[in-house]
Amino acid sequence: MLEVKDLHVTVEKKEILKGLNLTIKAGEVHAIMGPNGAGKSTLSAVIAGKEGYEVTSGSITFEGQDVLEMEIEERAQAGLLLGFQYPVEIPGVKNIYLLKAALNAQRAARGEGDMPAPEFMKLVKEKIAQMQMDPSFLQRAVNEGFSGGEKKRNEILQMLVLQPKLAMLDEIDSGLDIDAMRVVADGVNSLRDSKRAILLVTHYQRLLDYIVPDKVHVLMDGRIVKSGDAELAKELEVQGYEDIVEEPAA
Amino acid sequence: MATEEMEQLVRRDYKEGFVTDIESETVPPGLDESTIAFISNKKGEPDWMLQWRLDAYHQWLKMKSPSWAHLDYPPIDYQAISYYSAPKRPEDMPQSLDEVDPKLLETYEKLGIPLHERAALAGVAVDAVFDSVSVTTTFKKELGEAGVIFCSISDAIRDYPELIKQYLGTVVPVADNYFAALNSAVFTDGSFVFVPEGVTCPMELSTYFRINAANTGQFERTLIICESRAQVSYLEGCTAPMRDENQLHAAVVELVALEDAYIKYSTVQNWYPGDENGVGGIYNFVTKRGDCRGDRSRISWTQVETGSAITWKYPSCVLRGKESVGEFYSVAVTNGRQQADTGTKMIHIGEGTRSYIVSKGISAGRSNQSYRGLVKIGPRAKGARNFTQCDSLLIGDTSGAHTFPYQEIGNSTATVEHEATTSKIGEDQLFYCRSRGISEEDAVSMIVNGFCKDVFQELPMEFAVEAEALLNVTLEGAVG
Ligand SMILES: Nc1ncnc2c1ncn2[C@@H]1O[C@H](COP(=O)(O)OP(=O)(O)O)[C@@H](O)[C@H]1O
Ligand SMILES: [Mg+2]
Repeated sequence: MLEVKDLHVTVEKKEILKGLNLTIKAGEVHAIMGPNGAGKSTLSAVIAGKEGYEVTSGSITFEGQDVLEMEIEERAQAGLLLGFQYPVEIPGVKNIYLLKAALNAQRAARGEGDMPAPEFMKLVKEKIAQMQMDPSFLQRAVNEGFSGGEKKRNEILQMLVLQPKLAMLDEIDSGLDIDAMRVVADGVNSLRDSKRAILLVTHYQRLLDYIVPDKVHVLMDGRIVKSGDAELAKELEVQGYEDIVEEPAA
Repeated sequence: MATEEMEQLVRRDYKEGFVTDIESETVPPGLDESTIAFISNKKGEPDWMLQWRLDAYHQWLKMKSPSWAHLDYPPIDYQAISYYSAPKRPEDMPQSLDEVDPKLLETYEKLGIPLHERAALAGVAVDAVFDSVSVTTTFKKELGEAGVIFCSISDAIRDYPELIKQYLGTVVPVADNYFAALNSAVFTDGSFVFVPEGVTCPMELSTYFRINAANTGQFERTLIICESRAQVSYLEGCTAPMRDENQLHAAVVELVALEDAYIKYSTVQNWYPGDENGVGGIYNFVTKRGDCRGDRSRISWTQVETGSAITWKYPSCVLRGKESVGEFYSVAVTNGRQQADTGTKMIHIGEGTRSYIVSKGISAGRSNQSYRGLVKIGPRAKGARNFTQCDSLLIGDTSGAHTFPYQEIGNSTATVEHEATTSKIGEDQLFYCRSRGISEEDAVSMIVNGFCKDVFQELPMEFAVEAEALLNVTLEGAVG
């Protein structure tokens, strides 16, 4: 589904990703872990198309399409979704309005018409209940005055409404208390099926107790230095990043 | 000038210059006393009105075009403009929609103004102005039953001369400024609203203006009067088709609010802005002023300005009555090479007067925009208060925004607060929206609409929707 090959990315003349390889298949949940500043957010941002990152070499393909040739919105329309580490506030734009515009834009790209209003309302009500958010959030401006945890729930709400094929969730667990973590994790798990994939970016093992990944990768200094299954995350917890890397490859 | 001479002049002009032109629809370009006499005669005006116009004309001749605004345009050749044009009609004034030229109605449809539907659905009375003549007036009867007068200014001059004499030019004096003087001399149409004591106008009143024929300046004159405890909400909307040459538009709007009266005046302005090189487009020089004459009266201006090549416009309030309130809510959007110099003046004269100013300016492309606001507190305005919020949003790197707040405070018990922000449209906000699948253009308009929300919510519901649509049209191609 997603194929990242030998990706080199430079930000403001500094090389951040230095030959990164990653393959994600439909139905899989991958977790990327690594210390602060390793380049985790850079990876998901480059896949989503954020400006200011220069891809100096390498390739990204999603379902056979050359992602680097696509506009930001085309990537989203193709089924990629980035859940932000720090969701931005958009004053004056209602949450429900953004949801509707996004959903209908993606439908239009698939050649479908707008979702009829009653069906849309039903869908949104169901998802907002699932996220245990108060319906009043729909009428508030996007992320404006939301607490950290509320912003994260809101990201997952968008994901549930948009139903992406590949969701990349950047530090979706940061700033969440244990109850909120459970709600967010349940939301993410409800998206899991054989046709979709999820890429979790985190530097804590905790989230992975709730969303058990198929694969775990350790990202350090711009490369994936180690990959394994869910057990690897637990080892990391005990040993720390430096030790894991120094251990000779099995 | 003596009356006799004037009459001679009028007669002579008919004989020599305009005999055939009376039948025709447009006078040749040019402005002199005979042009004014022609207009006045065409409108069937009484002599005092003609004299009023000629007086304005003579004052105008002595005045100079203002140069203080932050605008750049070539000098206007006032002799190259035609000052009167009317659409072709089979009969005289149509009595109902059935009698209106279907072609004309078609044009309105294209502009998104299906008159009968709009009127029926929204309960809006429409006094539509096509070029210089009122084409159709609906709901006149219902309004009549409430005692509200809503008609063209020409009709009002004929049918309500006492009201016109009492109020016309009392808010914006003939020689107030260059463009107001010109308007006073040559205005051809516009609306008149009179809401008598204690009456709340039963519906929104709305007028759509449109410039159509080539090279015709449009000079509307609008006068709205609310007697004690009367209320009215009025909306003026404009759209203009593509034009090659710049067209002059110099309107005057006068509002009078007596004791406890409330006038809400909303404008959606979408004159043709010219192409991306600044060719064509409307020059919009407007004088709008409200006079809160009575105690506790309130006048509220809401404007959405998306069009025109050049906008020069400062809807203002004179807060004369004790505890009267003036409000100004504005969204101005410029793109391409548009230039806008707009703002407001709040003149606090009475005790305990209050004013609110919320101005949102959005500049894209190579456009330039200035907010110019004056808050003046007179010596008797004890405890007066003003709050000004002035926000500018820049799209791209080649547009400009300037803020010129002026304050003249003549009473130490007054409170004047001013807040201003300038921001660039957030890359992060754009990325966020686009990463949800929303196109860049839609994302921009979504963010901009959000930025303008405080003002849009002041607009009547159906017009708020229209305003958002207009904003989107204006910002097309603003990024990327
Ligand atoms: N826009 C930027 N400008 C300059 N440096 C950046 C920018 N974005 C990221 N970086 C740098 O790139 C490195 C990786 O950042 P990031 O991908 O956010 O790491 P992580 O998410 O793993 O903590 C850091 O050193 C960070 O300072
Ligand atoms: Mg990060």
